[in-house]
Amino acid sequence: MSGRVLVGVKRVIDYAVKIRVKPDNTGVVTDGVKHSMNPFCEIAVEEAVKLKEKKLIKEVVAVSCGPQQSQETIRTALAMGADRGIHVDVSGKDYENLGPLQVSKILAALAKQEDAQLILLGKQAIDDDCNQTGQMTAALLDWPQGTFASEVSLEGDKINLVREIDGGLEHIKINTPAVITADLRLNTPRYATLPNIMKAKKKKIVTVKPADLGVDVTSRLEVLKVEEPPQRQAGRV
Amino acid sequence: MALRSAVCRLLVNPHRCALITASRAQGTAAPITHDLSFKVDTKVQFDWRDALDLEGQLTEEEIMIRDSFRTYCQEKLMPRILMANRNEVFHREIVSEMGEMGVLGPTIKGYGCAGTSYVAYGLIAREVERVDSGYRSAMSVQSSLVMHPINAYGTEEQKQKYLPKLARGEILGCFGLTEPNHGSDPGGMETRAKYNPSSRTYTLTGSKTWITNSPVADIAVVWAKCDDGKVRGFILERGMKGLLTPKIEGKFSLRASATGMILMDEVEVPEENLLPKVSGLGGPFGCLNNARYGIAWGALGAAEFCFHAARQYTLDRIQFGVPLARNQLMQKKMADMLTEIAIGLQSCLQLGRLIDEKKASPEMISMLKRNSCGKALDIARQARDMLGGNGIADEYHIIRHVMNLEAVNTYEGTHDIHALILGRAITGLQSFTVGK
Repeated sequence: MSGRVLVGVKRVIDYAVKIRVKPDNTGVVTDGVKHSMNPFCEIAVEEAVKLKEKKLIKEVVAVSCGPQQSQETIRTALAMGADRGIHVDVSGKDYENLGPLQVSKILAALAKQEDAQLILLGKQAIDDDCNQTGQMTAALLDWPQGTFASEVSLEGDKINLVREIDGGLEHIKINTPAVITADLRLNTPRYATLPNIMKAKKKKIVTVKPADLGVDVTSRLEVLKVEEPPQRQAGRV
Repeated sequence: MALRSAVCRLLVNPHRCALITASRAQGTAAPITHDLSFKVDTKVQFDWRDALDLEGQLTEEEIMIRDSFRTYCQEKLMPRILMANRNEVFHREIVSEMGEMGVLGPTIKGYGCAGTSYVAYGLIAREVERVDSGYRSAMSVQSSLVMHPINAYGTEEQKQKYLPKLARGEILGCFGLTEPNHGSDPGGMETRAKYNPSSRTYTLTGSKTWITNSPVADIAVVWAKCDDGKVRGFILERGMKGLLTPKIEGKFSLRASATGMILMDEVEVPEENLLPKVSGLGGPFGCLNNARYGIAWGALGAAEFCFHAARQYTLDRIQFGVPLARNQLMQKKMADMLTEIAIGLQSCLQLGRLIDEKKASPEMISMLKRNSCGKALDIARQARDMLGGNGIADEYHIIRHVMNLEAVNTYEGTHDIHALILGRAITGLQSFTVGK
């Protein structure tokens, strides 16, 4: 077993920002808007770093798909304790149309290339709320999946997982290699400390293109219109 | 018909109105032309939160440090401050938490410290003081007034012994310079350090007051006059015989920070505890300049909190059917706040960069400490006024900043003393004393 974990981190609009729809209704305003790491991805990074600290895995590799600015998100993961980063460079129209299907193809290709034992992702991104990337990645790799994980423990070459489902908590045991997606209560992400932020500068981030991985990022979906939700009407007491 | 088309033309071409009026007015005045060659890029959106794009002037590392620490301050410090201030409780744990974050003594290289830039130190101070000036005082004392002198003026043994523990927040330090009878004139201090050649110790006698952290500090960097009349620094440790650190009661400022005295009645201090690499007032002043720089940034953090809080309050509060923010008096106050904060931050950034390049002089630091504190106190008072009655309730936090900034404006050199420092630099004439 390589002892290597791939963690996917997505750069999204910060949760505290008030979202505005672009006047041409093609999307939301992203220019000049504060972005940060998807909160569920932070939880995934924290879990990976914890596993490394317990010496259950050897290396944490942070992956992000997007334009140049995605490297900031990878840098945050490095400051939290990831060892190195892979930036899959997708920009322009390709980036606007990037969705779970293309990302899962990219992650599957990277998992094979890096000989990953585990892929840790957030359960969903707070911008599109798709909740699909983890599941699709597992299917493409034909790996077991543990989604909505609120507890993860490694036992030899198996993983004990507690999943948060509508009916309560589900306990499952899956083989490795596997894909796990993190739910809210899995852990509390650490604050990146100053010394770690400064050490992160020296860690390596490698940039690759989807074509290098043999992945075609053309989208099968077309966004027709984006509009604001209807204004709240007054209620009756 | 003709009248209506004339009116239509005026409405369609408003900037032609002036021409038409001018030509109507006897034709003697020159026609008004509008110079449209100067264009501001209208795609750039003005951001009242960051009026002069400070963000764009920071490095990626500085942004990450700021963001990470801001999250800690808002999530872990903000929830505690209301009761800490109300009940005058100093949460000693926060020093250890900040130690874990690595923000204590951040500019020191080695000894378990982060070794980051002075700009990053300023950003850190701003984030803590956004929560409370008392918390930032505790941090400034630890970093600039205890760790810095040991690092700059101490022996290698002293550095190894104290710095890593101070960096982790395992031990807490305080800085003893000010005395009951000597505040602005530290040179007149009455604390004496007598050398005893037989025991190779110094005997310290005297009292210091207004010492942040002293009631709960583990060590104290105390400045005393030696036999040769020169001021030197000594590291005192809790438990030394004759050393007392009573708390000062009845404080209405910096209540979340512990403040007290350092009373020394013939305290025997081994000569290994002398800071050997400095003598004279240059020693304490070097430390104070370090702290004053952090305060220059920090005070603006408090001002920003007050500005943002007043803005939100006046947007939410409806009187006479409209939000308070609709009123001109409110908007003028906010415009003044926005301007001072934006300009202040720019000056602090430039100062930080100069310090990092070793091109800064003490007068620069005096100028900005004075400016930031004076302006922040003003902003806090205005904001308090904008909140009306609610402004005096600690749940709205602004009154706490008003109280705190009174002390911040005074300590580390009063507003007036810094004016004299600048006055001397401007004129070459000192006006501290009545002599020549």
